[in-house]
Parts: sequence; C-alpha cells; structure tokens
Amino acid sequence: MAETAGSSVKARSKQALQDDFLRKAVKFTTERLKNGKRKATEEHGNWEEWRERGRQIRLHTIAHLDYYLNLFADNARKAGAQVYFARDAAEAAVITREIVREKQARSVVKSKSMVTEELHINHVLEEMDVAAIETDLGEYIIQLAHEPPSHIIIPAIHKNKQQIAEVLSEVAGERLEPDTQVLAGFVRRKLREQFLAAEIGMTGCNFAIAETGSIVIFENEGNARMCSTLPKTQITFMGMERIIPSFEDLEVMATLLPRSATGQKLTAYMSAITGPRRTADGDGPEELHIIIIDNGRSRQLGDPDFQELLNCIRCGACLNVCPVYRHIGGHSYGSVYSGPIGAVLTPALMEDPSEWQDIAYASSLCGACWEACPVKIPLHDMLVYLRNRKVESGTTPTAEQVMFKGFNYMMSDHRRMERFLRLGKVGQKFVARDGYIRIKGPLKGWTNYRDLPEIPKQSFRDRWKELQVEIAQQPRPKTMIQDIEQRMRKVLEERSKGGGSGGGHQE
Amino acid sequence: MYPRVGEAMVRILARYGVQLDFPKVQTCCGQPAFNSGYWDDARASARTLLEAFDDSDFVIAPSGSCTGMIHHYYPKLFENDPAMLDKAVRLKEKTYEFSQFLVNVLGVEDVGATFPHKVTYHPSCHGTRLLGIKDEPMKLLQHVRGLELVPLPDAELCCGFGGTFAVKMSDISGAMVSEKVHNVESTGAEVLVGIDMGCLMNISGNIHAEGKPIRVMHLAELLNEGVSS
Repeated sequence: MAETAGSSVKARSKQALQDDFLRKAVKFTTERLKNGKRKATEEHGNWEEWRERGRQIRLHTIAHLDYYLNLFADNARKAGAQVYFARDAAEAAVITREIVREKQARSVVKSKSMVTEELHINHVLEEMDVAAIETDLGEYIIQLAHEPPSHIIIPAIHKNKQQIAEVLSEVAGERLEPDTQVLAGFVRRKLREQFLAAEIGMTGCNFAIAETGSIVIFENEGNARMCSTLPKTQITFMGMERIIPSFEDLEVMATLLPRSATGQKLTAYMSAITGPRRTADGDGPEELHIIIIDNGRSRQLGDPDFQELLNCIRCGACLNVCPVYRHIGGHSYGSVYSGPIGAVLTPALMEDPSEWQDIAYASSLCGACWEACPVKIPLHDMLVYLRNRKVESGTTPTAEQVMFKGFNYMMSDHRRMERFLRLGKVGQKFVARDGYIRIKGPLKGWTNYRDLPEIPKQSFRDRWKELQVEIAQQPRPKTMIQDIEQRMRKVLEERSKGGGSGGGHQE
Repeated sequence: MYPRVGEAMVRILARYGVQLDFPKVQTCCGQPAFNSGYWDDARASARTLLEAFDDSDFVIAPSGSCTGMIHHYYPKLFENDPAMLDKAVRLKEKTYEFSQFLVNVLGVEDVGATFPHKVTYHPSCHGTRLLGIKDEPMKLLQHVRGLELVPLPDAELCCGFGGTFAVKMSDISGAMVSEKVHNVESTGAEVLVGIDMGCLMNISGNIHAEGKPIRVMHLAELLNEGVSS
C-alpha cells in the first residue's frame, strides 16, 4: 500500500488546511455529490429497502467468496478469458510484465481503476519504458500533475478549473481557457490518438459476475469502452471481492452504485464484457486477461470485525459526507484510498499494525460514513477496532499508554475520581480566569481553538444530597403522575417479556 | 464538569414524580478509553456503571454519546465475559438519553416552559446516528412558548469534538468547530441548544475564545430555565 514515508496524517492535513483553493474545491464538489445522492435516493422511494438488499447480497457473496471466485474464474475461462490470481502487488507486477513483454507493447491506455493505483501498475510500466496513459479525464489530469488520486471517484477533486487549465496548457503548448468545453475538447482530441496507437487497454472492474464470468464497468466518459474495444489486448484488474453471483444481483448494484457515487440513476455507460471478441462481434480485444488481486483482502475473511469491509462497492459516498475529508481532502490520508474507507482499508490491508501510523485516528467517529454507505459498512466501528488492535500490538505512544493507565486508576473507583477532581480544583486556581482555562502548553491541542471550562466548585455528586431535599419541595401535578406511572410500568412489563431496547434503535 | 445540566435534568424529571437516585459508585462510561482502543481501561471504568445501576428500573443520561456507548459498544466490550455481558445487555435495555425518556417513555412533549428567544439546535452525531434520536428534542423545543426555532445549516456535520480526536488531530478538529460556529452564527440565533455536553463544550469553548455573543445550553437547562422563570 502507498503510505507517504516519514510523514503523518497530522502533518499532511496541517498543510492541506492552509490551502484555501483545495478546501474550497473539495467542499464544492463533495457538496454537489452529497446533494445529488440525497435527491436520487429520495426520488428512488425505497432506498432503505434496496440498501438492505445490497447489503445482503454483499454479505452472502463474501461469506462464500471461495465458491463464487472459482465459479467466476471457470466461466470467464470458458468464455475465452485468461484468468490469473495475484497474491500481492509484486505478483501482479510479474503477471503484467509478462503480458506486456509478450505483446511487445510500447503504449498502454488505461481507464480509471483504483486497484491499479493500489498496485502502482503505472510505475511497473514506466520501469519497462512503456507509456501508460490514463484516459479518464480526472486521472489524466492528476497523471500530468504527477499526483495520486485524492478521491475514489473524482481523482482530481482537489483542483479547480484554473489549476486544471494550467496543467493542460503545458501539454498543449498553448494557453487553454479555463472553460470545461475547451479543456474537455482538448483532452478528447489528445486521447483519441492514444487510443488508436495503444497495443494494450487496461481497465478496472466494478463488478464481476460469477454465473457468466463477465466483468462490468460503470463510467461516464466512454473511455473504458474505448480501452476495451480498440486495443488488441485487454488486461482487467479486479480486487478479489468485486464478485457478485448473478446478473439479477447486478440490478441491485446498478441501482445503488451510481446513485451513491454521483446521484445519477445510471452512469452514461455500463459495459458487461464476457470473454474476448468472438468471430461475430463487431469489435473487442483479441485477448482478455483478468488479474484477480488479493493484496491483503483475504486476511479480512473470517475476521468478524473486518469481513464486512470487503462489501465495499467503492462509490465514495463516505468521502462526500465525511466532515474530516471535507476539510483536508484526500492526499492528507497518504494512501491511494482516502476518506473513511481509506482510513480503514489502508491499515486493514497491512499485515502489521505497527506499520501504519495515524490514519485510523483521522476521524471524529461521527458515523456519517456508516449512514451514507449503500451497503451499511460500519466504518466508524472499524476505526475503533483498528485502534484497539494497535493498542494490543503495543505500538501506541508511551505517553498515551500512561495516560490511559491513569484513566483506569482514576475511573475504576469513584473515591479516587473524587480525589483527583479535588486536586484538579486546587491546581486550576493558578490557570483559570472567569471560569475558563486558556493556557497553551500541554493543553494547546484544545486551547488553540477553544477555551477550556474549569472544574466547577461543586460537582453534581457533591450537591446531590441537598438537591434531593430541594426537588422534594418542587410542585408535581397529581393526575399527571398517575399517567406517567402507568406508562413507566408498561415499559417495564414489555421489557420483562423481552421487548425492551431502551433508547437504542428499534430492531 | 457541568453540574447545572444534571441538576436541570433531575428537576425536570422530578416534576413528573419520577423517583430519582444518583448512585455514587458510577464514574465514567469509559468512552474516552474505548474510542482510543484501550479496552481494558475502558472496561475498568464501565464496570462501575454496571455495578451502579444493577437495581435501577431506568437509567437516564443527559448525553446521547454516553448512552450510545452503552447501547452500541458495551456488548462488544464485554463479549468475552458472559456474566458481565449479561449485565451490559440488561443495562442497555433500560438506558435512555434524556429527551428520549421524556418523550418516548413519559409521553411528555410540553413541559410547560416559556423561553422567548431565537434558538438553533445542533443534533449530536452519536445521539442521532447511534440511537436514532431525531424528533424527540424537536418536539420538546416546538412546545416551548415564545421560542423561535431556526434551522441550523449543515446541521448534520460533526462539530469536531470526537473526544481525544479534538486534541490528537487538533487542527482538523479546529477547522470543524470553526465551520460549526460559523453556521450557528449565520442563523442569528441567541442560543445554541444540544443534547450532549461533549459537543457543547467544544462548540462553546470556541464561541467563548472568539468572544461571540451566543449562549450555549443543554436542552435540559433550557427547559428547566423555561419552567422556573
């Protein structure tokens, strides 16, 4: 996985927070996507029901992933595709190199694929002196800018029109106006030459259908269709969890994915590709190679806390609602996968918890991601589970360990907690003014942005005795009490029959 | 930290004849340690609650986050300890956030309060998302005489508190709370009301540091002030 070495989310986000262009661009586009999704799901009418159907399909498929993967591979081979399994990025690189070498390819056109970003396939091709050209507009822009994607579906989300015009003007050798028509028109002309020249087309895969061995690609620009029809050889990379059982399940996924991603009812193009070109076909590649990637995914199988992570359909909805992503953008996460899904996926795919730094801490655990997810992945819970595994591995900072030892000591007995509070009240006399503490020093994380209230002179527990006497003298209307008593008794009765969920969600 | 909130809550509940107790052995629900991954330390603290409320019929907290911790995470925290797990499940079944208890159990939507001010409401994330509290605080506020309730733009955005997150990722948290306060200000409300002192400590801390004339109150405080005046 791609972690920017020697840096942290904290350091990178500090930089991003100072970039007003970036913050404005990210806020603008995530708002647009978020509102689009809201509108599309409201118009759909039965969104929650379909969301549950989607979740069930994903849970079922992942629970039987070995079966469906084999079924997919068998059917894809029957349709004429060549299927490979790659355990990690290194194996994927070996397979890629072999195909490219055999085809004596000089240039490769690529449609948008997060898994090739994860595997750094462009780097592999670069080392072989083979030109790898990204053909998705956003990917093309960030490739020219030598940057990784900063959003799962909108890779250049952090750039505004002016910045994009600057990047493209350099390639054009002339000044292009920051106008969408002009810029897209230029890229279309430029890429047309590349599509015709390339020997290999590379694509990702949104879903792989086990019953037919088909791969399905959703896109809006038609570039993936060009990559899968013009070059003689097609290589498709897919994460091993992209499988769904049947075309019937695709209907549910096709309902969930575009609506969640962009608010579209369906993307402009949805291609289902079964094997290479057949004699009667008008177009299509002569050879279709499908490389199925593990790269840490199989480690989640059978892990009750993380298996659901494989249910992700990479729609990016969690990024668009995330209050953290909103302010810091994707590059701050230091991984090709950003936002809440990136904060979980990046460490989860790594073998050793000591390897990942602070990415799982870049969340206030507000749960907006969970609420937005079309297959209901509890990302906010997983972030806590990851932090727990980091603690269990003994690789958290010593100061933090000591702090929570102190928390344990203080909070495991109310008398100790009361003693500490009394001590705190004495200590704060030196720093509190008018009920607030403003000193920086060890509190600067808090006090840089906020004042800290002082410990009150009399705590609730200290006051409880006299308060009891006071409230006994409060007025209470008699008829109301009876009604209330009945209500409370009814809840208790229901609970004794096993019908109690307290203040939780009714399940 | 906020005895006035606890006091306001018990004063409101006492008006309906609810018999109240405050078991002194309770300390903290353990969320700060739990969210940071220190589950042993979280358990040490959470045990005090399991012990404190063993005999209670209802447990009411003026916080959606603490209530959410009990509901959403206690079963996970004690999954390997059957005896404690049993206690945790029983605690969960009887624990309510203040506005839930008032509206859903007691059936009270109008406490008879008067509060002639312009007010906006911040829906805390854990109350909303972990417990599904959406209408209860609104119902209570809508029945307050003289109160003008104005909608908060982007209300569902987290205020940036997140416990240790506010200190660990202080710059991100700072950007979040600044946006929240900016949105509160844009409503022209005199009072910001909420159901969680964690969020409100964060938001009011920023408001106070910036010297802005907005009063921050817990829902229980507002209702209690409205019936006392």
